[in-house]
Amino acid sequence: MLGTSILLALREIRRHILRSILTTLGIIIGVAAVVTMVTLGNGVTASVQEQISSLGASNFIVFPVRTTRGTIRPFEEGDVRAVRQQIAGIKVAAGSVSASVTAFTNGQDWDTTVEGGTNDLLEAQSVKIAEGRPFSADELESGKSVCLLGVKVREAIFPPDANPVGSQMRLDDVACQVIGVLEPRGQGGGGADDDDVVYMPLKTVQRRFKGSDNLEYFVVKYDPDYAATAIQQSLVDLLRERRLLQAGEPNDFNIIDTAQINQALGAATGALTAMVAVIASISLLVGGIGIMNIMLVSVTERTREIGIRLAIGALAREVRLQFLTEAVVLCALGGLVGLALAFAASFGIAAAIDVPFVFDPVINLVSFLFAAGMGIVFGYYPARRASQLDPIDALRHE
Amino acid sequence: MTPEPLIALEGITKTFGSGAAAFQALKGVDLTIARGEFMAIMGPSGSGKSTTMNILGCLDVPTGGVFRFRGVEVQKLDRDQRSLLRRRYLGFVFQGFNLLARTTALENVELPLLYRGESKAVRREAALRALDQVGLVPWAEHTPAELSGGQQQRVAIARALVTDPDVLLADEPTGNLDSERSVEIMELLRRLNAAGITILMVTHEEEMAAFARTIVRFRDGLVESIERGALAGEEHPA
Repeated sequence: MLGTSILLALREIRRHILRSILTTLGIIIGVAAVVTMVTLGNGVTASVQEQISSLGASNFIVFPVRTTRGTIRPFEEGDVRAVRQQIAGIKVAAGSVSASVTAFTNGQDWDTTVEGGTNDLLEAQSVKIAEGRPFSADELESGKSVCLLGVKVREAIFPPDANPVGSQMRLDDVACQVIGVLEPRGQGGGGADDDDVVYMPLKTVQRRFKGSDNLEYFVVKYDPDYAATAIQQSLVDLLRERRLLQAGEPNDFNIIDTAQINQALGAATGALTAMVAVIASISLLVGGIGIMNIMLVSVTERTREIGIRLAIGALAREVRLQFLTEAVVLCALGGLVGLALAFAASFGIAAAIDVPFVFDPVINLVSFLFAAGMGIVFGYYPARRASQLDPIDALRHE
Repeated sequence: MTPEPLIALEGITKTFGSGAAAFQALKGVDLTIARGEFMAIMGPSGSGKSTTMNILGCLDVPTGGVFRFRGVEVQKLDRDQRSLLRRRYLGFVFQGFNLLARTTALENVELPLLYRGESKAVRREAALRALDQVGLVPWAEHTPAELSGGQQQRVAIARALVTDPDVLLADEPTGNLDSERSVEIMELLRRLNAAGITILMVTHEEEMAAFARTIVRFRDGLVESIERGALAGEEHPA
């Protein structure tokens, strides 16, 4: 009986195809909006998390800031060494500097960024080497001109079939030897591309590109078994002491806890997604009322048909099931169309705004079931009305 | 010993409305209908013939009296039980044909079997057999809008026949047809009656009533006269 009801419902929907489409438009738009918003929200969250995890999980990033005195006092290698040696629970502390450069080879050129660091920095930033090898102790110690290429740079200036490891290239006017290629890390936020980078030993970048021993920032990777707040407090105490800050003077540096950012951004995007989803749900509700409206019209319009069905022996519950099925099938079809639209829209928009497309089966399923549920809720009253018609009156209905 | 009649009405009354606005449509109708009967019910409008027809069709219940159908007291049944009775034993033909629009003749005829839960193959076979009885197999895939009035009424008769009912109730079956089509329909009903189906028909046309075995005339909510063995239609060769 249910299978037959669904077939009957589909036939009825096909018969009034334009009306069915217009009726379900609210459901279609509602489902599409909810699913698109949640999918994009997930994409943004994923993108933020990816970016942050590219900074390394359980990391602090420490950088100097301008104080009331108006100057920025950079950190030096000594600060990083002190942090590494004097604070318990620190696994890695590594400084970094960077510079904008143009990479040349084989007559190709590419504007990119050179990042100076040690193997520790690579570890703290979760950078992995796909081909080749990390820096050697000697290269780091004496500031050799060797480099590790991000995939973007490798693709830009080396032919796809060539193995760049071992070949020579130039960064501005500094010649260097390629010793490895990094694994792809994906898109960072704000247009930054984590793969569009060249790593060189810290000392090399300091000497050849910066002309100073200063660090722009340093990364601290800590053991997650230790309390982040305790380590952060030790960091602040140690750095204030090293920078000779008097009590009452503000910190002239900033510490960012990547785990915290992760959480905060996750919570923020989550809240935003939830809010937009709630707004979109209202359109679903409006869509449901539209369904009820048209089902009531349909019951009135088909009063005679209902009379015929009752006269030839349909039970009240069979008539109710028929109209309820019609409403549910209508809503479910609307839901499916909405999901398809949402898939296309979120795929397109995700590509356009540069966030990953994260298909979320749960929200798709929930939205679909919700849409079908609307059919039950808003189809029940019209269906009940149809089933309670008096067959004699219904047959006389003009 | 006389066999139990198929239908027995004893002192049937029907009152519509209540209080001062109450209107007694039936004032105590007694009527027995044997299996195989072909009965025409006649009477001026307001005489109670339609109300009687609705009660006989188990679409309505009497206010008082006893209505036995196959020995079952129908006035004691609830709405769904009466639906099941209609589904199992009754077929309806209406003045306005009452076919589902934009639905093929075949699908219209299959409809009652849908509610019996028959499989698609069984439905199709039975519907084609019923359409064959009314001579409309070539029109099986046409919708009512593509059929003439006479053809639509024949589809409606096929729909009533498809469940192989005990009783076929026809409410002014020729009311919307010209005289030539009307005679065709009546001859069809006669053939069906000869094949064993009990037919109860409301009509206000004497020529159509003449096709029946028995003519019952109503007046003012009571049976006025019963003419048995009329069989006027025997003069028309079928």
